[in-house]
Amino acid sequence: MSHLDRLEAEAIYILREVVAECEKPVMLYSIGKDSSCLLHLALKAFYPEKPPFPLLHIDTTWKFKEMIEFRDHVVEQSGVEMLVYTNEEGIKNNINPFDYGSIYTDIMKTEALKKALDKYKFSVAFGGARRDEEASRAKERIFSFRNSTHTWDPKNQRPELWNLYNTQINKGESIRVFPISNWTEKDVWQYIKQENIEIVPLYFAKERPVVWRDGNLIMFDDDRMQLRPGEEVKMRTVRFRTLGCYPLTGATLSSADTLDSVIKETLSTSSSERVTRIIDHEARGSMERRKKEGYF
Amino acid sequence: MISSTLLKFITCGSVDDGKSTLIGRMLYDAKLIFKEQEEALVIDSKQGSAGNEIDYALLLDGLMAEREQGITIDVAYRYFNTEIRSFIVADTPGHEEYTRNMAVGASFCDLAIILIDVTKGILRQTKRHTRICNLMGIRNFVFAVNKMDLINYDQLIFGNIKNEIYKLMEGFSYQSLFIIPVAASKGDNVTRLSINMSWYEGIPLLQYLEEVNIVISAMEQPFLMTVQRVSRPDHTFRGFQGQVIQGKISLKDNVYIFPSGEEATIKQILLMDQEVINMDTKQAVTLVLDREVDCSRGCVITKNEIQSIARLFRANLLWMDDEELIVGRNYLLKVGTKMVPATIIKIHYCVDVNSGKHILQEQAKKNDLINCDISLSEKVVLDKFEKMPELGRFILINRITNMTSACGVIEHILNRSDNLTWQNLDVTKETRSMLKNQVPKTIWFTGLSGSGKSTIANALEKMLALLGKHTMLLDGDNIRIGLNNNLGFSEVDRVENIRRIAEVSKLLNDAGIIVLVAAISPFARDRESAKKIIGKDFIEIYVETSLEECERRDTKGLYKKAREGKIINFTGISSPYEIPSNPDFIANTQNDSIEEIVSNILKFLNY
Repeated sequence: MSHLDRLEAEAIYILREVVAECEKPVMLYSIGKDSSCLLHLALKAFYPEKPPFPLLHIDTTWKFKEMIEFRDHVVEQSGVEMLVYTNEEGIKNNINPFDYGSIYTDIMKTEALKKALDKYKFSVAFGGARRDEEASRAKERIFSFRNSTHTWDPKNQRPELWNLYNTQINKGESIRVFPISNWTEKDVWQYIKQENIEIVPLYFAKERPVVWRDGNLIMFDDDRMQLRPGEEVKMRTVRFRTLGCYPLTGATLSSADTLDSVIKETLSTSSSERVTRIIDHEARGSMERRKKEGYF
Repeated sequence: MISSTLLKFITCGSVDDGKSTLIGRMLYDAKLIFKEQEEALVIDSKQGSAGNEIDYALLLDGLMAEREQGITIDVAYRYFNTEIRSFIVADTPGHEEYTRNMAVGASFCDLAIILIDVTKGILRQTKRHTRICNLMGIRNFVFAVNKMDLINYDQLIFGNIKNEIYKLMEGFSYQSLFIIPVAASKGDNVTRLSINMSWYEGIPLLQYLEEVNIVISAMEQPFLMTVQRVSRPDHTFRGFQGQVIQGKISLKDNVYIFPSGEEATIKQILLMDQEVINMDTKQAVTLVLDREVDCSRGCVITKNEIQSIARLFRANLLWMDDEELIVGRNYLLKVGTKMVPATIIKIHYCVDVNSGKHILQEQAKKNDLINCDISLSEKVVLDKFEKMPELGRFILINRITNMTSACGVIEHILNRSDNLTWQNLDVTKETRSMLKNQVPKTIWFTGLSGSGKSTIANALEKMLALLGKHTMLLDGDNIRIGLNNNLGFSEVDRVENIRRIAEVSKLLNDAGIIVLVAAISPFARDRESAKKIIGKDFIEIYVETSLEECERRDTKGLYKKAREGKIINFTGISSPYEIPSNPDFIANTQNDSIEEIVSNILKFLNY
């Protein structure tokens, strides 16, 4: 049994445990490669049934256009139920990633997620987070409990022994479950190749309109992006290692336009994938703060 | 595709023995960290100001509280691979307070690296961690004797500690044991052999981890799968989903379902979404059988004709809860995919962490390692941990707080003939309530005659029964027919009436039962004395219906008779009703419907 087979079996075991023991699960779907893997695992885990839970996408309205197209394409192809939620209050107040710093992420992602989970009364939410992504995630259990305000208490996590998951929920609590906790970025890419999983084309190098801004290559995805003096849009061959809101996601110069070349590039790189995510750089511990406040 | 074998290992040992430093150093020297991690490490190390030397532990301690305090609180998982092998390392806390987080890491791993500070030798916490690793099923041990630089790489001191380690390990069964001198902060013997310890004749630590064989080549075992769920998308398909624990399976094979023991034949095998004719890996499958059988979550499908099923066993466990273990209390036990009510019926002994000796004791507190007998509410498929780990390990869950209170492994199955006794078990109010899985209360309704006390109490009792609660309704009128038929309506008799009702309520509460009392109980001092008798379980509900309304309803015609002077001492007419000054809950039958009142009371009671 290969390393990937073991990881796959572990993830499917977790997905099935939740569905067997918990009342109202949902799967968070961010459209990225990890979400694509997670959805693929769910389709396999419950076959011939469709996954017995809906997917939930938190739409900040600032995702790449290609991401939204891909999302709609996935729904059509897989036949899963997709809920889309946007924090309308944030839209009303014009909370956007250009004028607002970390508040934007707090309102349009963290707040939106909390509101959506409360609205549909989901008790369990699957997520595609991995422990190799960031220091505070490396400490998180596969079954991670949140209190009624969705906050995480990293100093007092429920023990998790062997594969015997305790899914009993106290009143007001909910659980985030991370079936691919033990996967690395490399594992995800190799699994995508092995299983021939479709991913957003933004992961592959192509000529795209980009602007150099504060040391990052930002894609000019629509004209809501105002150019600053001295900035100009240039066509360059770039790809993305992670995906999110386009103004907050840096592209990398690359000519890797096939899965094999992307994997080769990933395996030989000397920096981690989150280096292209602008929010993670704010301050050390910023991810932990966000998680405590209810960010996934 | 690269398909390397995987080694999951844990680092443990006492505080400041250098666990995080060792792993940090290993990643650093083997060039297994990303560029920006290295940059952050150099910056963070300077802030830490420990002489501007790089603090490799910072690579692992990820929580802000950990960085602030310079300690490890919870287990961190790190992933790396060399050309030879993939590794997952669980770096665990050394403080005794966080022992359960260390156990979490141990349960995940195949091999343990136990660090020892050479200047301190084998400590109590070293022994505790070794015992827990052994309990959780780890059979491969590496002892890294660290900080050799502080004793000038003295071979003699290392030799003495090595002998102590052999002595410690005499008490455990293990598959492999490797003892190595290192200086983690300097990198000696971590990824390369140290020039400072030319007397050391072994290989460096990383090389050992790359080469150690952890797979026990056992004989082929018969097929066995625990059922996670039954998939029935429509009436034509009924598939049993689970993960194969051992063995091979093919179409048309005969299998047995336990605990029922029924027999069936394999009609279809799905390896996830692919139909296959046979399979022999530990992957996720869906099995379709040729006939209807009694099989659901928690059952086992196997080629074994005989499978051990039991409801009594002896086990070793680690108590992890801040709340003490209570013999006789009811917990939930999860073994395999089965969840079942369980009771610890006897504690045999607690293991002294230092000496390994057995201490006779009857209770257990956080971090205790104990040996005990456990009884389940029904027969379950389980086995000795040594024989079949997946069916021999379990967790206990507190039914009130939902905390994972303990983890344990089955030592052996017990039969009735094993001379079981309940050890000095006091069956207390708590024991009885736990068995009923409820918190007993006396819910005392007071109010005028005809205010709706009995109606509300009746409706509430029905709802509680629906929720599976054990209840008893004491209605003032009915009590007067039986228990209190020698009492009249004089003030003395009224006091006695209430006293008796309160005493009976208390007895029922002690039996674990939720009591509902519907009695006019007009005098504040009587209700006060009832509260004294019953104690903290007393809940006063004032049924607030005005005299006018009660008189208008006059369902029993009593008000009319009282007005006509045919009944003396009638509350509200010829005898006072003292309105409760501070009731726990007020029910107003003039504003709210009975359903609303009942649902609000349930919410208030948190049932």
